[in-house]
Amino acid sequence: MSASSFALLTNGSALPWGDLPEWPVDRFVGEIAAQLGRGGRLCAYFGVTDGPGTRLVALVAFDADNLLAAARSEPFTGAFPSLTPSHPQAHLFEREIHEQHGLTPAGHPWLKPVRRSAGRAPANGEFFRVDGPEIHEVAVGPIHAGIIEPGHFRFQCDGEEVIHLEIALGYQHRGVERALVGGPHRATQAQIETASGDATIAHATAHAMLAEALGATEPPLQAQWLRAVALELERLANHTGDLGALANDVAFLPTSSACGKIRGDFLNLTALVCGNRFGRHLVRAGGCRLDLETERAATLLGRLKTALADVEQAAAWFWDAASVRSRFENTGTVSAAQAAEIGLVGPAARACGLVRDVRYDHPAGWHRLAQAPVAVWPSGDVFARARVRTLEIQRSGAFLVEQLAGAPGGPTLEPLTPPAPDTFAVALVEGWRGEVCHVALTDPAGRFRHYKIIDPSFHNWMGLALALRGQAISDFPICNKSFNLSYCGFDL
Amino acid sequence: MFVVDTLSHRLKRGCETMDYPRGPAPALPDRHGGALRVDASKCAEGCSACLPVCPTEALTRKAGEPVVLDLGRCTFCSACVEVCPENSITHTGDHRMAVRRREDLVLGGPDARELVLGAALDEKLRRLFGRSLRLRQVSAGGCAACEADTNVLGTIGWDLGRFGIQFVASPRHADGLLITGPVTQNMELALMKAWDAVPEPKLVIAVGACAISGGPFVGHPEVRDGAASLLPVDLFIPGCPPHPLTILDGLLRLLDRLDGNESSARKA
Repeated sequence: MSASSFALLTNGSALPWGDLPEWPVDRFVGEIAAQLGRGGRLCAYFGVTDGPGTRLVALVAFDADNLLAAARSEPFTGAFPSLTPSHPQAHLFEREIHEQHGLTPAGHPWLKPVRRSAGRAPANGEFFRVDGPEIHEVAVGPIHAGIIEPGHFRFQCDGEEVIHLEIALGYQHRGVERALVGGPHRATQAQIETASGDATIAHATAHAMLAEALGATEPPLQAQWLRAVALELERLANHTGDLGALANDVAFLPTSSACGKIRGDFLNLTALVCGNRFGRHLVRAGGCRLDLETERAATLLGRLKTALADVEQAAAWFWDAASVRSRFENTGTVSAAQAAEIGLVGPAARACGLVRDVRYDHPAGWHRLAQAPVAVWPSGDVFARARVRTLEIQRSGAFLVEQLAGAPGGPTLEPLTPPAPDTFAVALVEGWRGEVCHVALTDPAGRFRHYKIIDPSFHNWMGLALALRGQAISDFPICNKSFNLSYCGFDL
Repeated sequence: MFVVDTLSHRLKRGCETMDYPRGPAPALPDRHGGALRVDASKCAEGCSACLPVCPTEALTRKAGEPVVLDLGRCTFCSACVEVCPENSITHTGDHRMAVRRREDLVLGGPDARELVLGAALDEKLRRLFGRSLRLRQVSAGGCAACEADTNVLGTIGWDLGRFGIQFVASPRHADGLLITGPVTQNMELALMKAWDAVPEPKLVIAVGACAISGGPFVGHPEVRDGAASLLPVDLFIPGCPPHPLTILDGLLRLLDRLDGNESSARKA
């Protein structure tokens, strides 16, 4: 087996904490590098306080084997070897470990704060600066021009051309992970559902899968089906909104106007299922709070078909226009090699030709029984990211049309067994932005001793920074929209 | 070719902007439930079934008194409605819930308080803003849902521009701030700079449970428990997130742009 030294597990499963192999930290970091060298992908890498020291925990995905591999270090203090110089996908994880536990990744090239506060603003640290007579610096944000979350972008430009973009976040930090410790508390579900509030179904499903893995409870099939349906509705709404936003940024107004409305039509389908346009209060540990009965499913299907036809039409206008294609082609290109190196996930990775989709690589829940084909496009530019979204709208649509006719029926909620003590559990869900990863560790009473959320944006912000290299700064809006990453999902 | 297609399709679809507020308001989704109402007289002696299920501690009950519901903290999860044995807490189905004073969101209790919908601005401000209101939106820890349902008001279905309301990029061009999120510590400086840049007289509109009270993050040291902790809020629009119709109602209510029936009467 490719990952023999690590403990192996599958998506949505749990292991006794003691079953994770442990090594002194130097050896542990070497073992992670070996796993990554074999084609593993770093899903999670974080510290867990243990007595006076900290243990590091790594979760590596072997996508082709449909397997996850986990291991931990012995508790330690002080420094540990940095993986970043050899495996850049670890860069932000190591910065986070440094910030949260005071451990130093020795050899990390750019050890800056992630989301730590400096009083009334995040501790941004020094920005990378390019010197030269023609160089100028452009600072954007935290408050941006539109109705959007805050973050700071610092461009180093030579005339129009961006030489370097550094992205500083942390403005949205609400203390989500800290608050989850000791839980589940009464506010836990609401905090999970708003961790990244336009990916509520993805995060709520990952959280429910953890609770079910910790309680060794299988949610009813009807609930698994409904979660899969809701996840695709979430994807359709957001992808449609993104196509509209991209159209708007190249001044192609017919598609922009149409998609703004059609996005709302998809959100209203989620509201038809659960009353809330963002899927709040639907997914619960043990299943779903509400059912999608036959009659309601038929109504949903009818309205879905109309919205799908509308978005197909609006997308066709846009793809037929040479002016749109020429603005998208060769703009903001990230190569497949770069994408693999920095660990991109979701549509951003698939738009670089990487076949990387949790629904396909690590199927859990209903995706063990039904799947949509993975949408991939090779060119790595804005064109590819828009194209992957269009393809995913078609495939999610076809998946839903098929699934809505075949509800398994039965109850939607299974009583949950209390969570196992001292247990490590992992859940991955392919949200519309990509891999949503939740990892929990329980204490001897079965409460959360540690809870880690990795929104896809955590992996992908670096992709946007790379996409801007050598671009005209005026292309920033379309590059940014083509990624459309979450600020609060990153800041937590 | 696509030009012809686009135009013909556009003509076929006609005007997609809703009639509201001239016509009836679009229906809320049937599972939405709308605002909540507390009939405190129904609360059974000593019952506290609703208290532990509320994720944001929006419900409180003092000994010997009926239950109190703070709609400003509520995420509208319906858990209290489902668990209440006496039907003291019920959905009204009404999308209207914007208020001018924070205390008007506190329902029930010994004096059986009902939701008091917000009144319009005074005449001087109405003359200034009534036909042209420019807002700078600031997300300060918002989860992107309140932002999205504010943004949607600019789409063709809602067409906020027809009321003279517009979201602008610079606070210097704005008549006020529309704030979402619990106001994180890390956004405090940026929010206050934006506020200082808005010329007087200026308004503050708090949208969503987070901006009103801190929502699911109330009490976290990383947040300021809502906009009112730093700024004078003129309009509170509850929800998690509020339905776009609730936000639009709040804005029109503030500007006195609703007719008498829509603005004050309670729907059955």
